[in-house]
Amino acid sequence: MSSSGIKTERLAGWNRPPVIESDGEGELLEVAMGPHHPSTHGVFRMDVVLDGERVIKLKPVFGYLHRNHEQLGQSQSYLANMPYTDRLDYFCSLTNNWAYALAVEKLAGQEVPERAEYLRVILAELTRVQNHASTIGFLLQEMGASGTPLMYAFREREKILDLFESLTGSRMMCNYMRFGGCRVDASPAWLDATRKVVDGLPAFIDEFERFLMTNEILIARCQGIGVLRPDLAVNAGISGPMLRASGVNYDIRKVDHYGIYDRFKFRVPLGDHGDIYDRYMVRMLEMRESISILKQALKELPTGPVMDPKAKIRNFRPKPGEVYGRIEAPKGELGFYLISDGSPNPYRYRIRPPSFINLTVLEDMCLGSNVADVVLIFGSVDIVLGEVDR
Amino acid sequence: MIERLDQVFVILKHWLLGYLPQSWQTPVGVVISVVCIIGLYPALFAVTTVLERKGVARIQNRLGPNRVGPYGILQPMADGIKSLTKEDIVPTSADGVVHFLAPIILVVTVFMGFAVLPMGRNMVLVDMDAGLLFYFAMGASTELSVFMAGWSSRNKYSLLGAMRAVAQMISYEVALLLSSVVIVMMTGSLSLVKIVEAQNHYSYGLPHWFIFTPWGLAGFIMYAIAGTAETNRSPFDLPEGESELVAGYHTEYSGFKFALFFLGEYVAMFSISGLGSTLFLGGWMAPLAALQFIPSWIWFFGKLFVSMAVFIWVRGTLPRLRQDQLMNFAWKFVLPMCLLNLFVAGLWRFMGDGWLRWVVCSAILILAYVSIGREGMRRKHFGPRSYRYAE
Amino acid sequence: MLGDGILKGLAETAKNFAGSFVSKERMTTVEYPEERLPLPEASRNFPFLVYDGDDWEKGLRCVACQICEKECPPKCIYIEKSKDKKPDYVGKPQIYPAKFDIDISVCMSCQICVEVCPFEAIKMNTEFELATDDRFGGLLLDRKELARSNEYYHQIHPTEASEVDARLAEEKSKVEAKARAAAQAAAAKAAATPTTAIPSTPLPGKPAANVDARPASTAKTAEDNKNAETRATNEGEPKA
Repeated sequence: MSSSGIKTERLAGWNRPPVIESDGEGELLEVAMGPHHPSTHGVFRMDVVLDGERVIKLKPVFGYLHRNHEQLGQSQSYLANMPYTDRLDYFCSLTNNWAYALAVEKLAGQEVPERAEYLRVILAELTRVQNHASTIGFLLQEMGASGTPLMYAFREREKILDLFESLTGSRMMCNYMRFGGCRVDASPAWLDATRKVVDGLPAFIDEFERFLMTNEILIARCQGIGVLRPDLAVNAGISGPMLRASGVNYDIRKVDHYGIYDRFKFRVPLGDHGDIYDRYMVRMLEMRESISILKQALKELPTGPVMDPKAKIRNFRPKPGEVYGRIEAPKGELGFYLISDGSPNPYRYRIRPPSFINLTVLEDMCLGSNVADVVLIFGSVDIVLGEVDR
Repeated sequence: MIERLDQVFVILKHWLLGYLPQSWQTPVGVVISVVCIIGLYPALFAVTTVLERKGVARIQNRLGPNRVGPYGILQPMADGIKSLTKEDIVPTSADGVVHFLAPIILVVTVFMGFAVLPMGRNMVLVDMDAGLLFYFAMGASTELSVFMAGWSSRNKYSLLGAMRAVAQMISYEVALLLSSVVIVMMTGSLSLVKIVEAQNHYSYGLPHWFIFTPWGLAGFIMYAIAGTAETNRSPFDLPEGESELVAGYHTEYSGFKFALFFLGEYVAMFSISGLGSTLFLGGWMAPLAALQFIPSWIWFFGKLFVSMAVFIWVRGTLPRLRQDQLMNFAWKFVLPMCLLNLFVAGLWRFMGDGWLRWVVCSAILILAYVSIGREGMRRKHFGPRSYRYAE
Repeated sequence: MLGDGILKGLAETAKNFAGSFVSKERMTTVEYPEERLPLPEASRNFPFLVYDGDDWEKGLRCVACQICEKECPPKCIYIEKSKDKKPDYVGKPQIYPAKFDIDISVCMSCQICVEVCPFEAIKMNTEFELATDDRFGGLLLDRKELARSNEYYHQIHPTEASEVDARLAEEKSKVEAKARAAAQAAAAKAAATPTTAIPSTPLPGKPAANVDARPASTAKTAEDNKNAETRATNEGEPKA
């Protein structure tokens, strides 16, 4: 940054971004990478101030997809909110469902049968695999590989979505978890189909890695770009693969022991540099770990009911109280904060969206880098506008 | 009979000219050849657009366009009608004359390059003694039109895109020239016809193409990289990248003028492939002595087709390089390799015949390639990494 | 060596290019609308109302209890009760919906209406080619457009429909058994009190041999109401 005469000065405290002053030669270019843009993952705007090719200031502007989710949540019953949680992070509807169901089960003190817990783990890990595959595909698409890796990723994603459709009825808006278990049971035919898909996944990930790990152009464009320091990440509340790529060991599946994750052996990959390349490789390795969890879960799946027999569908009134339930969603820590006052509707319904919180450090990561890198850094944060704006 | 098939177009032209008085024959002959070129290459361009879309689609496990005509063959007609009937928007603050002239200059200069390419035995429009020089002069003029397009739009983003494009094209022009200078050095002539003649003999049935020599192979690789960058093709297509901030120098163009830019890019690709096959792959020569019964123009267009296939293949696979990485690559890798190639070619000439010169020249080139490559990657700590897992 | 990653990538795409001509895995395009993929059985799109038999008005299972209207998250169902009654599948007179409109441009296919319906009257349809160019009323389906026969339900969701049929048949047989027991009790009571010369045969106009639930006793209808209530508040069963 100092080579072109731009002075940087770091102010005290992380919450003020460093001030970069231009040396006065040439005017600054203010650009809005506007809501209509082929590579912002949805309707999202970034007001960028450029000096030549370098970014001096970056302000993310969102809210174009605000749909009043939390307000709606407070005016409907608990069950009626479940289909709306599908539409938060619309790539990963099943993990959203699980987070909400977990929160409400904590609030109402409900037990979940074992088979339902195993099914939840299976579906959540399948969701994680297809989300990470799509994210990596989108990265390569933004880098200009004219969509080839994206098509490969979506080819695998289609197989997983077909599994979702035959179990829950819908490819993306699954609406499958209920308070006290899952909506329907999985048939043996479905489990066989799942086993077949899971067996075919390692070959696909190998193919993908061959694209990623050694391609020189990709290495040149991703290594050393968009570095996020671990202390900044922890202070800013970052979670998910972005945090682990910076080297911080924090995976909610291991920290909270929610569900039955203690019964599975899986490792948590960590990165060392915190750049774009690390974030993608962490996601790639997490896909492999998910596959091992899937294999273990499919083997140990017990028989039994999938729904708590005491659970009520209508007139569900949990006791007054408050709860915060969180899970490790593919994008980070997805949490639901609920306050109940004994009525059928929640008194306060608040979502902690991982994409929104992960976006707060976008400026810190992008300062001083090229405009062409901003798009890549933004893609590596892995956001979905449905979650950012709710 | 084989002779006649090989020379069928020449014979046809002379037969037509026979009906004219003597003084008219040369100008009309030139006009006939020009009309043939101007008619043929846009037709090839139309076919190539469909093939490109279908090729990239097949790489991505899907079908390409297949609704317009059988297997989508008539898609360019639909595209042509679309671009012709679109409204031609010219910004009010744009410089009207320059805005109008930019695509025209692009197309004209690109077609001029075909004047010196030998497309078959005795099938060159003008057999200039300085054919290669003329070709590169025309090629450099295309950069002028790119800058005119960016400047006249009065749009700071197109200007940025145009400046990037021109910087890229100028850097790679140097590399292109240097890799062709090796050929000039070895054949001693700038005339493309003589360059093909220099390669036109076979030993043991194998041809004497320049690519089958160490310096020729290195030169060809450098030429291919530089040629891809000259025509703004992937992986060097940042100036016209869709997912970048600026949409390139042709943002403000719509309708037919945009189609002309597109046409210019593809015909430039044909032109560079044609020159590449003339310089390194023997032009209209057959790859084996036994296959010489197939007409020469078929071999020329076959090599053109293979080059296009490789362009499309590379486009479907590789991501884009960033602008500064592109320029770094040109000046710090391609240029030194080209200079070294010149030295090696000279060494080849002076070492005389025998197996020794093969070994020495190959060894120098491979050593240089490996060491520059490793140096470039190591300085920035690039390379595959290993990851640890939490305990 | 510099460049081998690129070459590996090129080899990968060449493999996919060649494979797209020979293997189904590498050419995943389905040329709609000439070819269609079969939908899985569980797939759901918009609701429809089930009717038994041939006449959609007489056989409509819905009794306008308005539970689905209350539970629907985007509130896309609009029901108006009728003034008269018609017999349901066990023969008991029930009110029916005079108007049952679903605005499928609002419906989000969440299937909650199906889950909470106690009468197995509303189920999910799989039709998705519903585009229309009538902007205002084209996607507002009334009960005639929503009504589909039980055979159609068997066609699109075979296992589900068989399960529903089994459940309904069970309920019907339970109701019939109760009716038979009540009739026997009434007959026994009538036989035990010889002073009252009320014939034990059912009232004229009603077939004697047919022991369907059309008795005159009011105690039966009270019990029937209780059955309906328990079904209505039966929240524990997961409905497929």
